[in-house]
Amino acid sequence: MWFEELLITIKYYLVLQMPGSLQPVGSAFLSSLPIMTSFGGLFALATLLERKMLGRIQNRYGPNRVGPGGLLQPVADGIKMLTKEDIVPKNADHLIHFLAPLGLLVSAMLGLSVIPFGHRLIALDIETGILFFFAMGAASELAIFMAGWGSRNKYALLGALRAIAQMISYEIPLILSALSVLMVVGSLSLSDVAQAQSGGIHTWHIFTPWGFLGCILFLISTLAEINRSPFDIPEAESELIAGHMTEYSGFKYALFFMAEGVAMFAMCALTATLFLGGYHAPLPILSFIPGPVWLFGKLTSLVLLFIWIRGTMPRLRADQLMEFAWKFMLPMSVVNLIAAGVWVALDGGVAAWILSGLLNCVAYFGWSRILSQASRFNPRTYRYAEEAGVSK
Amino acid sequence: MTPSPDHPGEAMPQFKMHATGVEGVTEGTERMEVSMGPHHPSTHGVFRMDVELEGETITKLKPVFGYLHRNHEKIAESTSYLGSMPYTDRLDYFNSMTNNWAYALSVEKLAGIEVPERAEYIRVITAELTRLQNHVSLIGFLVQDMGALGTPLMYAFRERERILDLFESLSGARMMCNFMRFGGCRCDVSADWIKQAQSVVEAFPQFLDEFEALISENEVLMARSQHVGILKPELAIDAGVAGPVLRATGVNYDLRKVDGYGIYDRFQFRVPLGDHGDVYDRYMIRVLEMRESVKILQQALAEIPNGDYVNPKAKLRGFRPPPGEAYGRIEAPKGELGFYLISDGSPKPYRYRVRPPSLINLTILEDMCLGQTIADAVIILGSIDIVLGEVDR
Repeated sequence: MWFEELLITIKYYLVLQMPGSLQPVGSAFLSSLPIMTSFGGLFALATLLERKMLGRIQNRYGPNRVGPGGLLQPVADGIKMLTKEDIVPKNADHLIHFLAPLGLLVSAMLGLSVIPFGHRLIALDIETGILFFFAMGAASELAIFMAGWGSRNKYALLGALRAIAQMISYEIPLILSALSVLMVVGSLSLSDVAQAQSGGIHTWHIFTPWGFLGCILFLISTLAEINRSPFDIPEAESELIAGHMTEYSGFKYALFFMAEGVAMFAMCALTATLFLGGYHAPLPILSFIPGPVWLFGKLTSLVLLFIWIRGTMPRLRADQLMEFAWKFMLPMSVVNLIAAGVWVALDGGVAAWILSGLLNCVAYFGWSRILSQASRFNPRTYRYAEEAGVSK
Repeated sequence: MTPSPDHPGEAMPQFKMHATGVEGVTEGTERMEVSMGPHHPSTHGVFRMDVELEGETITKLKPVFGYLHRNHEKIAESTSYLGSMPYTDRLDYFNSMTNNWAYALSVEKLAGIEVPERAEYIRVITAELTRLQNHVSLIGFLVQDMGALGTPLMYAFRERERILDLFESLSGARMMCNFMRFGGCRCDVSADWIKQAQSVVEAFPQFLDEFEALISENEVLMARSQHVGILKPELAIDAGVAGPVLRATGVNYDLRKVDGYGIYDRFQFRVPLGDHGDVYDRYMIRVLEMRESVKILQQALAEIPNGDYVNPKAKLRGFRPPPGEAYGRIEAPKGELGFYLISDGSPKPYRYRVRPPSLINLTILEDMCLGQTIADAVIILGSIDIVLGEVDR
């Protein structure tokens, strides 16, 4: 806690140095400055990390020319992006084309403002923090559609249509699986959610039946929500070139990338807060290590998981993605909500463990069995031509 | 039609839309025409598909090619027979060895040149190595088109590199090998090279097992490729489709068995056949064919006899085949590759015609893509396995 207290003391000291009329603005600025700078820097490092890791997965080195071990590659990329020509298509809707990347980045950054990074270390501690977060996530859909529509490009339009369909469909299981946590905690404020998991690793929500399934559902929906592989169909490089980003170049393109990166961090931070104990240490003994370190550690592990998935999975088709959302994700998240309800009704304990665990297991295995029996996709065996029956 | 802000008075061009009149489409909906290519990440070269979309469903598809046309046939008619041998490398630039062989085979038919046994073995070895590297890069590209972000492709290319290294040490070039000659090959293989080739061939099944374990029964891959881009055997035969695309529909037609050209009748290998004719079958047929190619290679590398690598009587300079015509065809990795030659007794062919498997296999693209989505069209095109150098010539 000492670290958080130190930061808060510094902030109030600085605010008190300002003239009275500037203090509210200054306070807001000082609260948001660390978020903007740290996540901007983290984004730069994450691009490098992603390229390096993908390189390793793909049996190659990844960037290793700029700086020691390629460490300065993000700087070089940034300079390249800044100095590139900013091309706007002649027939594009200039205003919307210009606003789209900004809207995307702003909504992603605003989502971070309700994440508690440590004890009392939260930029915007509002009662309805998670609602605000999801509202910002929904705003990013608007920005993506603005990009697709404003570019006046057919690939961009198709990409934007796909993005809207996908993000709206996946928002439902996303919110429903987050709802299970909110039901148990009994609060919409994310600092309350984090506080509920303060007692060490056994109090983390992922180690409950509803939390485990909820976390997996939440992570899958997150992948779809931030358009990452295997759900990257709005960008779908091999089909739509770059989807809604097709007509962007230079720094606007970089802003899109940055917004996607920041949105990924925000979603990972939310996952960590909801299910993985937030800024709390796994063992109370370790709580002398500052909260932000834990949160960033958990966040980075989730980002690594996403990169790993990106390097391994082929992409689904748009209709299969929808099918997955409505036929699997939605029923599962509803069942999970019931399991969380059972947990709340029995107020935890062994009986609640068994009942909600049983409910989730039966639902998961039963439903996937039914779905896989109805599936038309199976491994096949192949025959070989008879030697005698060669057709001439 | 509003005037654009930059150009007052000038109407903004709208997307070209078509009013429907087609059954099954509700009135008032319009279709979008998208020109995919020629600069598109997954058209495998400078190829264009003019597609008409109903939502994301393809209602019309027109393949447009010719961007890479370079007058191959006419140039070959104005140069000597041997002079166009290196030029055949550039047809299907993935498989120069088989291109060379098909051309050499038709000239040998035309002039009646015998090929020594050792040369036949070398040809079989290089051709099957070519088949391995073509199929392995194809399945890599195919899974890449499904959005697997390069990982399978990189694994595939790692194996392909080993084979290209063999080609390099044999012919001096990795891709443009220019290796075959009328009546044999350009140079002999050393015992050392055969050892190297054996080690590459022995290691190959391990790679295939690894690759298959990683991706062949992947849920997403099966969902993307099964029941997609179905080709009926009747249509395939009518259109003259050949190679793995044809065999994936269940038609048993492999020129190595049918013609038994070269010395293929000496080797034990089977011809895998598909039952559905969809993208997954085309993928799996290639995987299984690679396993059979490995068997052929193992036999050929073990049995290769000593002797001449080229017929000493075959003339390199002043080569004038007697007047006549010949059609030589082989089972190239992409299908039936044939060269049709007419000689008038001069040093240049009177007529030189290529039967490119890529082009013939491409003609059925629309039939496979209708009713599928735009994402399917990309992998259907990928599964046909085209090389634009051969399509356009």
